[in-house]
Amino acid sequence: MSLTFQDPRIDLLYRLADDQLILGHRNSEWNGLGPILEEDIAFSSMAQDKLGHSLQMYSMLHALGEPEPDTVAFTRNAPQFHCCQLVELPIGEYDFSLTRHFLFDHAELLRFEALASSSYEPLAQVARKLRGELKYHALHANTWMKRLGTATEEAIERMQRSLNFTLPYALGIFEKTETEPEIISSGLFVGEDELKNRWLESISKVLGQTALDMPDVNTLTPVFGGRHGQHTEFLQPLLDEMAEVFRLDPTADW
Amino acid sequence: MPVTAPDKAQILDWLQAVNDPEIPTISLIDLGVVRGVEVDEATGKVSVHLTPTFAGCPAMDYMKRDVERTLLAHGVPAVEVDISMREAWTSDMLTEAGRQALRQHKLSPPPVLGNQVLDLDFLEYAECPNCHGNNTELRTPFGATLCRAVHYCHDCRQLFEQFKPV
Repeated sequence: MSLTFQDPRIDLLYRLADDQLILGHRNSEWNGLGPILEEDIAFSSMAQDKLGHSLQMYSMLHALGEPEPDTVAFTRNAPQFHCCQLVELPIGEYDFSLTRHFLFDHAELLRFEALASSSYEPLAQVARKLRGELKYHALHANTWMKRLGTATEEAIERMQRSLNFTLPYALGIFEKTETEPEIISSGLFVGEDELKNRWLESISKVLGQTALDMPDVNTLTPVFGGRHGQHTEFLQPLLDEMAEVFRLDPTADW
Repeated sequence: MPVTAPDKAQILDWLQAVNDPEIPTISLIDLGVVRGVEVDEATGKVSVHLTPTFAGCPAMDYMKRDVERTLLAHGVPAVEVDISMREAWTSDMLTEAGRQALRQHKLSPPPVLGNQVLDLDFLEYAECPNCHGNNTELRTPFGATLCRAVHYCHDCRQLFEQFKPV
């Protein structure tokens, strides 16, 4: 498993799959800790969705000659992961997890809407399915952003602080790799710049219905590196925990 | 038992008896997850194509196993079940009998969308499976399983679950 890929499909799929796997794992950490029962269930459900979605991507990678999904998910170390740094940050307080969920899942929904017309048919088929599921994630995030973003002074202040903190990481979702020109020219995907524009429009629309201020993203420095294997100190401990059982006995049958 | 290739209608009839492992009132056929059946005339081998309602559905392995067991029990010599999203499931694939079966399980069936709609407004709509009123409110799009949302009925004042439109 090298870090740069010749095949733009493999490059793109690894980024999608790793984002979903890692954020899925983070979401599952709310299991038993949610501020109210419904949120406990919501984050656990989204965790299950995201793991299911990552399995689809890893299976597609396997069909393109990469190792088995479990091997890919559980045997790599942090420098071999292609997720953006946003998804690997610890869950923190609920305001951060909610803001991350809002910023990431809007990008994810728009990404899969675009991928539904990808020139790579297996990916287009899966995308047409997943976008229907992802709209529930966006709906859930919108509901709570609007609820807390118009609530008490303390709620608004905390949400604003989270938004300011999280946005530079969220811009890292759109970090490009070397295959970007080919990804666009081959019709595989519309590209990260176009996606970012659609995303800005989409999140601004929701934030416009709250008391929160949308910072000017042009003044922010995006947190890049994740797509090229550079990660925060938080990813490796997550991987160690996630893979603990698998690594005890990789041949075990479940 | 001599091996004769059963016809497709017979296979579908047998599969009508295989129910969803999480919603025991609905058959896989009426749920719409059986997307195709092929019979190899020469060998009698039956291929069944399934598609998951939700991509992360943990019940798929059980559905696959139940389809295999049922057909083998009817004397089919070999069964192959493949799971794919070639023809991705939408809630419009629920049959009318399927919608009735959901109501029987006190699950509100999803509205028929005509096509996969990405707009979020229609998610607000659900008919209460207890009093059949429409004065309801979406509480959370995430319920006990991936395919269920939780709504509240202002008429009979009960929480109820809806099989999500997707």
